[in-house]
Amino acid sequence: MFELEDNDNILEIRDLVVQYHTDEAVIHAVNGVNLTVKKGETIGLVGETGAGKTTIARAILRILQTPPAKFCGGEIVFKGEDIMKKTEPEMRKIRGDQIAMIFQDPMTALNPIEKVGFQIAEAIGLHNNIKKTEAERRACEMLEMVGIPMERYNEYPNQFSGGMKQRVVIAMALACNPDLLLADEPTTALDVTIQAQVLEMMRALKDTLGTSMVMITHDLGVVANCCNSVAVIYAGEIVEYGTAEHIFDYAKHPYTIGLFGSLPKLDSTDRRLSPIKGLMPDPTNLPEGCRFHERCPVATDKCSAQPPSVVEVSEGHLVKCFLAEVME
Amino acid sequence: MIKYVIKRLLLFIPILLGISFVALIFIDMSPGDPARIIAGIEKQEWEVEKIREDLGLNDPLLIRYVKFIYGAVRGDFGTTYYTKRPVGPDMMQRFPYTLLIATASILLAVLIGIPLGIYAATHQYTWKDNTAILLSLIFVSVPAFWFALLLVQVFSVKLGWLPVSGIQSWTGWVLPTLSLALGYAAGLARQARSNMLEVIRQDFITTARAKGQSEVVIKYRHALKNACIPLILVVGGMYGSALGGALIAEVIFSVPGLGQYMLAGLTGRDYPVIQASVLFMSVIFCLVILLIDIAFAFIDPRIRSQYVRGRKRLKGDA
Repeated sequence: MFELEDNDNILEIRDLVVQYHTDEAVIHAVNGVNLTVKKGETIGLVGETGAGKTTIARAILRILQTPPAKFCGGEIVFKGEDIMKKTEPEMRKIRGDQIAMIFQDPMTALNPIEKVGFQIAEAIGLHNNIKKTEAERRACEMLEMVGIPMERYNEYPNQFSGGMKQRVVIAMALACNPDLLLADEPTTALDVTIQAQVLEMMRALKDTLGTSMVMITHDLGVVANCCNSVAVIYAGEIVEYGTAEHIFDYAKHPYTIGLFGSLPKLDSTDRRLSPIKGLMPDPTNLPEGCRFHERCPVATDKCSAQPPSVVEVSEGHLVKCFLAEVME
Repeated sequence: MIKYVIKRLLLFIPILLGISFVALIFIDMSPGDPARIIAGIEKQEWEVEKIREDLGLNDPLLIRYVKFIYGAVRGDFGTTYYTKRPVGPDMMQRFPYTLLIATASILLAVLIGIPLGIYAATHQYTWKDNTAILLSLIFVSVPAFWFALLLVQVFSVKLGWLPVSGIQSWTGWVLPTLSLALGYAAGLARQARSNMLEVIRQDFITTARAKGQSEVVIKYRHALKNACIPLILVVGGMYGSALGGALIAEVIFSVPGLGQYMLAGLTGRDYPVIQASVLFMSVIFCLVILLIDIAFAFIDPRIRSQYVRGRKRLKGDA
């Protein structure tokens, strides 16, 4: 266990379990996730809506609403220290400074009645012991860095387009040079041309600043564009993990294969896509055994009886499926 | 902005003309004959008819309307049927009472209601929140007149601290203001609480948290401002209606304000009083609404940008 704590890993998540407790039911959002992010690495978290991707990101920052969310076990080790054991004031020093987050919907992520410049300067002022004017100057620099003229410092979010708002959110997240950036579907709410711009900008900024990144998305194109490694999430579990190459070219888990089957291919003559049958299982009532067996085209009796264990099919390529065990 | 205000002021004209006309129609349709009330029961019908003729009650509706408007434009609202005093100065004499009660009670309501609502919202699911909700529910539901009488019973009759009615010194203002304020405060508290709860669940609050901002600043800078903007509308509406005459408080506590004046006019079928009061209330209400809109433009950048659009824009692709 201890040999994992070498300095290369900026973030290690071990057996993370998060549930939402409501009056009616218990929602099993994250069920034992293990994940490691190395310095400077970009890792993609891929999965359908409701797979638990956002919950993982918010758990890392500890900004889940509690209640209803409940942290039920596991560790989140950031730079060798367990985040779950930190006090709230300690956590506030980490948020925005060492770990920052980019949110899914730029339309609602900014305070509508505060100047955009202030909203960036706020983050800078919180984590650096500097004068207000200095924080404002740095906020102007950040605006310029994401391609917004600094004259617009004093404008309000409603005077910005969606793409520009997302740039402001990105500027805000990068304002304190975080070691880890959590990008929660940063391009989902944007249209395709803006998506490309924003992704390109994020990649460039990440490279200059040397930030590690967790990129949450359900868009495999985004993953191919900017991730080193990929974790495929299904019903709150990582079902396949590997380098982008492993996942794209040698996918082993039927769910991952199904995800790629749902994508249109330019060089194919197929007239129809082959989507995965059925829906995500109800997170209040997850199936026994492998969570995916009800939708799996190659499921056997064994799959519904017991959960498969994680198998390393090649170096650094982990699959949670009985099929992979057999193949090995 | 100035152009907008002028435009809005010009819009007052058709609104006020319409309201006056509707008021006149209602007066015309309602039963009761002021001439008979003035003359008393003993007078002969021909004598009553003469009074009617003198008061101009026999004129067609439109003529009466034009006469009223013509007078109103010159600041002449006619004389009351009974005291023969001009209505305009009468009302001006009474307005300060209503203005003071309305302003004091709204201020009090804002000072009690909004903090209470915010407090309840920030302590949701605790007994503090439940108590606050229950209290505000009680004060919203209890009829104002009953509450006013209860206050009199406790503070005037039992404790003897405050006068039962009338305004001789500042003590006379306390009960009417209080009886009006508590209902408003309860309404504001409920509104403030629900606004705050809504805002606190917004994404930008999570953004502020993710920046590492403390809960106190999140609540009192990011959330509070956003929650309070819609309250301006509620407070303004309350103020507008309170200025039109805090009827119940004025009658119960014998405050010589506008509400009482209008009530006397209504019961006595004193048409000039009714018409002038309705017009006056409408003007006040329109002004308050206009002030609310201007206040919005100053406080809420989303609305402000609608006024400056096209005039002063920096280059950009917004």
